[in-house]
Amino acid sequence: MSIVTVQLGQCGNQTGHEVFSALCSDIRGTHGLCSKKENESYHDSCKERFFCEEECGVPVARAVLVDMEPKVISQTLSMAARSGHWKYNSHSHFCQKQGSGNNWANGYSVHGPRHKEAIMNLVQKEAEKCDRLGGFFTIMSMAGGTGSGLGAFVTQCLRDAFPASFILNHVIWPYGTGEVIVQNYNSVLTLSHLYQSSDALLVHENDVIHKICAQLMNIKQISFRDVNQVIAHQLGSVFQPTHTAGEGSGYSRNPLGDLMETLVPHPEFKLLGLRNIPQMPENSLAYSTFSWPGLIKHLRQMLIANAKMEEGIDWQVRPPHPGSSIPSTNKPLHFNTSIANLVILRGKDVHGVDLGSFRDPSLYTSWLNPQDAFKAWRTPRAFNKYEKSASLVSNSQFLLKPLDSIVGKAWNMFASKAYLHQYTKFGIQEEDFLDCFTTLEQVISSYTNL
Amino acid sequence: MTQSVVVQVGQCGNQVGCRFWDLALREHAAVNKKGIYDEALSSFFRNVDTRSGSNGPDIYKGKICSLKARALLIDMEEGVVNEILQGPLRDVFDSKQLITDVSGSGNNWAVGHKIYGCQYRENIVEKLRKTAEHCDCLQCFFIIHSMGGGTGSGLGTFVLNLLEEEFPEVYRFVTSVYPSGEDDVITSPYNSVLAMKELNEHADCVLPIENESLFEIVNKIHQMINSGKLGSTVKQNSLVTSSAGSAKTLQEKPFDAMNNIVANLLLNLTSSARFEGSLNMDLNEISMNLVPFPRLHYLVSSLTPLYTLADVNVPSRRLDQMFSDAFSRDHQLIQADPKHSLYLACALLVRGNVQVSDLRRNIERLKPSLHFVSWNQEGWKTGLCSVPPVGHSHSLLALANNTCVKPTFIELKDRFMKLYKKKAHLHHYLQIDGMEQSCFSEAISSLSDLIEEYNELDATKGGPRIDPSRLKIAV
Repeated sequence: MSIVTVQLGQCGNQTGHEVFSALCSDIRGTHGLCSKKENESYHDSCKERFFCEEECGVPVARAVLVDMEPKVISQTLSMAARSGHWKYNSHSHFCQKQGSGNNWANGYSVHGPRHKEAIMNLVQKEAEKCDRLGGFFTIMSMAGGTGSGLGAFVTQCLRDAFPASFILNHVIWPYGTGEVIVQNYNSVLTLSHLYQSSDALLVHENDVIHKICAQLMNIKQISFRDVNQVIAHQLGSVFQPTHTAGEGSGYSRNPLGDLMETLVPHPEFKLLGLRNIPQMPENSLAYSTFSWPGLIKHLRQMLIANAKMEEGIDWQVRPPHPGSSIPSTNKPLHFNTSIANLVILRGKDVHGVDLGSFRDPSLYTSWLNPQDAFKAWRTPRAFNKYEKSASLVSNSQFLLKPLDSIVGKAWNMFASKAYLHQYTKFGIQEEDFLDCFTTLEQVISSYTNL
Repeated sequence: MTQSVVVQVGQCGNQVGCRFWDLALREHAAVNKKGIYDEALSSFFRNVDTRSGSNGPDIYKGKICSLKARALLIDMEEGVVNEILQGPLRDVFDSKQLITDVSGSGNNWAVGHKIYGCQYRENIVEKLRKTAEHCDCLQCFFIIHSMGGGTGSGLGTFVLNLLEEEFPEVYRFVTSVYPSGEDDVITSPYNSVLAMKELNEHADCVLPIENESLFEIVNKIHQMINSGKLGSTVKQNSLVTSSAGSAKTLQEKPFDAMNNIVANLLLNLTSSARFEGSLNMDLNEISMNLVPFPRLHYLVSSLTPLYTLADVNVPSRRLDQMFSDAFSRDHQLIQADPKHSLYLACALLVRGNVQVSDLRRNIERLKPSLHFVSWNQEGWKTGLCSVPPVGHSHSLLALANNTCVKPTFIELKDRFMKLYKKKAHLHHYLQIDGMEQSCFSEAISSLSDLIEEYNELDATKGGPRIDPSRLKIAV
């Protein structure tokens, strides 16, 4: 099944480029560490999912690039073409001249309706190229104007035009100390709208990735490209083919569907966090060895203690005693309760790894059977030169604090009415803001009371 | 990509404008090696096929034929504009882009605004329309003028009004040179306050500039060069005051160095819209992020570095110093100290080989010493443009919406009141058709209201931070 990616705005397009780059370089690499047959199967599955073959033999990404100003798209298209290993379809992009001015209302209420037809035509064309459409993957930031506002509008259009397809929104959360002054407004508006039309929101926070770059990847002068490459690696570790139904079952044919089924049992809970270990500079890979038990132990503690990366994990945090039903207000502080988790293992000896510790009922709310609350996908095919790589996609309280912080700051600004005139002039009124705040306070409350 | 049009009005406006066009050409020449007319160039220049005469058609792609500035030059005296047309930039301007008269405005806002405004209205609208027609997607008008005289101040603000009426969707960024205390034009307070009312009501963003600050910066640079403190030689074309490498070959005039600073301000302001970068900052984003309430649109600007040494290796300490300097009193283009006043919002536009981690590190470092308004504690707007200015490896433009503009406005009000109380020179204004006492009282009232808004914000500074309570959800 194929996934059509929609890259929205500067962030969406810059990140999207790194994602396809990472996927392509992974399948081209001979570091599969598995049998030739396995490797070929992986290769074919990935190609079907993300690329289609064009006459000149270079795989063409199944993607639509959207931006309201031309510089980033033209850069993205040419960078991909220059790589010589893959490219974008030269027609699958839409841009305008003026940008959205970091104004969500401009992106949503003005650009959205104005360019709906043109953008959806491009999406339709890409969808038709797929033998079987597995769903849509959108990449956007929520701080600016196009990715956030136009992105929310396009998601709605996707939902209307493809009611039976899965839609996964990859949303990048901006640095806390600001990239855009009105980022909190734009974030509140984006998240509340996406919640209506999207199936799930897979989130990356710039602050977190920045720390990974600084502390784990040892990058001295971190650029946005570095940040995007880490994000691309993490996304690749989730979306590259895996066996979802046990050894010998063949690669999953419905990755988005499997993901949603596992992780989003209830429409009120759509926020997914992502962790991947190990992460290190490429030139250190040859000198490091990891054991699966070690990796699993770390990953589990990262889940429980809500650690953002494998350094600085708080090992004191423990799940509540099993068997006792503790009201959520009495649960140990800092303990991260999960609704559902998905662990993805790639590389050497995956099929023997014991994941029992993730099935511990005390990690979860009581709604689902622990067997249903946890799933594991595996493949012996190593990913991106890591001999062993483990990822965790989690529907848990991971994003509760960051979300609360964003809503708090936005509310603070809203109470003073600052910047509202910029939104009202494009049709987003105070009542619209209030609705969005209400939606998100509801989400916060729901996650808090897990 | 979008286009911008520069409207330069009056003596000051045209002299600064002239420096702007010169430095813009220099900047593009340094970046655009192949001589192809690209989108970056098209933001400020048309490419005209002049082989069949100066009325040739525009060429949108391909080799550069003849570049024409997207500009309107307006002056009610001929001297300055004539000089431009006889100078090395004569081919950059189309004779159809000029509006001149002979007698000047006599340092009288009313003459500029009411008399010439009325007289030249049609002409101005027609020329603006023509300029706009040459643009594929016109995003912004840049008005350059001074506040203290008659033409720049009076006719300049008349044009501002016109722009809002005729092109309501296009942004209006105004670069205004405010008179200093020792200004030799006696009526400059009247002219300035009358103009302020127009700026309050019709501009999207105003970048106030004070000659004193420009003068101090120029002096500082001279001192540094002459003191021999600098180990190596300074790259001549990197001086923010320099015309080196540009078309001007004549002796530099006294105001040239100061005007170059303002020209560089405009170049840096538009750099991220013209050139690529990892985090673009377009002009509409500047207005969106830095103007929390419609009338509070006065942005204090600072440019660093003022010069570059010839050394190639720039340690990151120098980079951090650049950020520190942007917040120091000496680098502001008006006499103000943003560090000790209240920030409503702050934008940092970095050019050159600077990455997001450098930005973050410096924001973290400087934040504790700055006061931000309670509802915008992390009020930073950042932009990264890959192309540095000529002669530099990196540069920083800081734009602050900060209550430190208040003293400038208060002083202006005081100087106005000194004259107004005695009705000094008032008759020169009131005898003009369309001018009444109410024009003055409304203008001073508008200024007072603005000052009061800043006062209210200042009152919140340092007070206890009480966050408004959040919405309660029924569980």
